[in-house]
Amino acid sequence: MDVLERFATGDLDAFESLFRQYQRDVYGWILRIVRNPAAAEELTVETFWRLYRSRARLDPTGNCAGWLRRVATNAAIDHLRRARPVEPLESDPPDRTRPDCVEQQELRAAIRGALDALPPKLRVVVRLALIEDEPYWSIAQALGISESAVKLRIFRARRILQKHLQQRGVTP
Amino acid sequence: MTVDKKDVDELEELRTMLRGAIPPVPEEEPGRDLWPLMLQRLERDQGQWFSHVPWFDWALIGAAGAVLVFFPALIPALLYHL
Repeated sequence: MDVLERFATGDLDAFESLFRQYQRDVYGWILRIVRNPAAAEELTVETFWRLYRSRARLDPTGNCAGWLRRVATNAAIDHLRRARPVEPLESDPPDRTRPDCVEQQELRAAIRGALDALPPKLRVVVRLALIEDEPYWSIAQALGISESAVKLRIFRARRILQKHLQQRGVTP
Repeated sequence: MTVDKKDVDELEELRTMLRGAIPPVPEEEPGRDLWPLMLQRLERDQGQWFSHVPWFDWALIGAAGAVLVFFPALIPALLYHL
């Protein structure tokens, strides 16, 4: 009996195996969306909890990684709906090659503000496609939508971002 | 310049601007082992099984209880039908 089949019967060891196998991927994916390590940890646990709860309905021959990514994306979107705008990650350092003048800091803040003002569904697509360079097909799978729908969301997000940035005096 | 080309250029400009302000997240692992947290979550939830019972089930149980309290004569009839 393989791990997924054992997990479907409620075997905790099988669940631990799955958890250890996929937690890095799930955590990394969520972190790219929420950009907050503490929240990403919490949402990783939430994602596996949702997997555990629906173990009886799980198809042991199905794509567990794909299913987890989709659940993780939904959990991350739920988090974005509830959460306040994210602070910059520690890994978001200022550009050290040039002195970081006030103007540049203001520009970055304006761009972050415009992105945070987007509805969560559009923000996720922008973060994954334009910042993290994820392919459209991968984003489409994670969101359970078509690639055309991803492109449409990017188009809508772009229009809103341009408007917000213009209001803040930034011309993209 | 065609509309498509202009569109692609605009998107690239936006991408560059966004990535300049918000760099991509580097490949990272969780800062700690998350399995103990997962176990805590499982234990907590198993201890709160009643929180997964929908409110209408509780309402039904309450209504059935109330009927038995206020109309005890129904108990033999109910037992007869069980």
